[in-house]
Amino acid sequence: MYKYDEYDQAIVDARVEEFRDQVNRRISGEMTEDQFKPLRLMNGLYLQLHAYMLRVAIPYGTLSGRQMHMLAHIARKYDKDYGHFTTRQNIQYNWIKLSDAPDILTELATVEMHAIQTSGNCIRNISSDQYAGAAADEIEDPRPYAELLRQWSTFHPEFSYLPRKFKIAVIAAEEDRAAMKLHDIGLQIVRNDAGETGFRVYVGGGMGRTPMIAPVIRDFLPKADFLSYMEACLRVYNRYGRRDNMYKARIKILVHEIGRDEYARQVEEEFLHTKTLGLDAPEAEFARIAALFASPAFETGLTDEIDRGDPDFAVWVDQQTVAHKAPGYAIVNISLKPTVGIPGDASSAQIDLMADLATEYSFDEMRVTHAQNIVLPHVKKADLYAVWQKLDAAGLATPNLDLIGDIIACPGLDYCALANARSIPLAQKIAARFADLGAQRDLGELKLKISGCINACGHHHAGHIGILGVDRKGEENYQLSFGGSAAEDTSLAKIVGPGFSEDGVVDAIETAVSVYKSLRSDGERFIDTYRRVGEAPFKKAIYE
Amino acid sequence: MSDLIRFRDDAAHDEPAVTLDAFAGQSNATAVRLEPTDDPRALIPHLGRLSLVEVAFAKFRDGRGYSIGSILREAGYTGELRAAGDVLVDQIPPMRRCGFDSFAADAPVNRATLGKLLSLYDDVYQKTVDGRAPVWAKRRG
Repeated sequence: MYKYDEYDQAIVDARVEEFRDQVNRRISGEMTEDQFKPLRLMNGLYLQLHAYMLRVAIPYGTLSGRQMHMLAHIARKYDKDYGHFTTRQNIQYNWIKLSDAPDILTELATVEMHAIQTSGNCIRNISSDQYAGAAADEIEDPRPYAELLRQWSTFHPEFSYLPRKFKIAVIAAEEDRAAMKLHDIGLQIVRNDAGETGFRVYVGGGMGRTPMIAPVIRDFLPKADFLSYMEACLRVYNRYGRRDNMYKARIKILVHEIGRDEYARQVEEEFLHTKTLGLDAPEAEFARIAALFASPAFETGLTDEIDRGDPDFAVWVDQQTVAHKAPGYAIVNISLKPTVGIPGDASSAQIDLMADLATEYSFDEMRVTHAQNIVLPHVKKADLYAVWQKLDAAGLATPNLDLIGDIIACPGLDYCALANARSIPLAQKIAARFADLGAQRDLGELKLKISGCINACGHHHAGHIGILGVDRKGEENYQLSFGGSAAEDTSLAKIVGPGFSEDGVVDAIETAVSVYKSLRSDGERFIDTYRRVGEAPFKKAIYE
Repeated sequence: MSDLIRFRDDAAHDEPAVTLDAFAGQSNATAVRLEPTDDPRALIPHLGRLSLVEVAFAKFRDGRGYSIGSILREAGYTGELRAAGDVLVDQIPPMRRCGFDSFAADAPVNRATLGKLLSLYDDVYQKTVDGRAPVWAKRRG
């Protein structure tokens, strides 16, 4: 994985110093809260309902054991002994004191970490495929490009005060595991007819109150023009994105209002100019970065046999492991969705344990997924039983990947200043209702996503089952929708009818699931059946 | 009362800046004031006779002026480029990177803080109009 050199380290160290000074100027009153707010946000510090929340960047979701241990240390020393892994592949701490924030950043900088641009109207942490570098189906590892983007976007002076936040994802497989088309820019590494690799560029996706699937604005972008093209995309947005209404300020609205063709035309025109400016790092710099992401030294001659004698272990292997590109290895998914728990939360002890497992069994590497789980990307099949035993002892072996219990949920009204309704207790009630893992497996892949407000941090638009919490005359009310997907078959979920109370929505989901079971044909997932039969039978069963 | 900070050796321009519309109809104007919605490329045929371009920042959170500055410098403009209005100390370093060399801030700017901020980062990641070598160039020695 990427290693800082003296330049990267000096930049992050300078950022800590800069932020410490900004905090001091705020505390002394030299700066107003209004002036401080965008500065602290650009460093991931939010003022929430009860305390400050600090969001720490985990670039493209990749981190080492040492970095993970630091995350546990921060949870223990500065927070309430736990952290929350987010749908942006980051981690956030919910109980931070403003005066501690500079010290936390100082500690993070010692392990090549930071909170730069994890919030604010700027280019956010770059996200990617959690199986990058391990997946059998990728064209190449997308992370060197994500790292190139990280460097280009870090303190980009022209794009520090965009109309709104800006999220970029890079993937390199046909299977989309990163919700790429729901980003402001989605980049898919593809091969053209001449066998060269480049990018298919999607612009203008997003969730929030106006969900949109990003259209393609360029079928093939040569790698050499990568950054100058990004510069053109961002410049057009910075100049012409709406600033009169924050709810219409994302790039998806610009692309929608002027149209994909017109946006693409403006970008191409700007690109003719930016291409002449020498903005792209040379091939040698790309090669330097790519070398740091070289595959670990996989052993050869390993067995692909797994001793499935222990039935609980066998269930976990089937649910939580995925094919690896190297023979004898598997990709392991660690569920942060215990049946009774908070989606994405992990205690300091659990974070330490995952770090130790990564070091011992996965070439010291792990990933955070947008579904709020953790991945050990490179585990020998022969070690799976030992890994499972240790995870199981720590409450981290729930075999529910992509099942109804693997719920994505935002922090909701328990923490968030923007929320209208609670997400966490609802997630817990649903998980409890479907606690039987055998029954969950029988239901198969079923992605359930909950947002506590219209900003959609819980990705409800992209849920096979999506739930949006709203405030209805002072009461929490939940709107139920079906048919969303964040995968390569991206679709937006549709609201099925009037909303429900917290208990009512759990009942409605149970009803919907029975409808699915009665109508499914062989091998059909919930979403396949829903797409085939439409909403009518679901709606009828729920409301009549 | 604005607080003028300049990073130029020449004398400050004292002719009042005219709007882009007025400039278009006034062949002898040498100073122009651009609003965030103005297209700076309209000035490109006239850069030679301009000695001041003032870019209005009504709200410091409105980043359109950063692109205006970059576009003018990329087009070869070498005269004074002034950020005027709600310009705060923490925004001056990124504005410098977008080609601004003069700042007329509505509220006084703490010069000691500014000095510290301007010397904080020895290196930058991206190539801009300020001519600083990005780290990818330095890494290649």
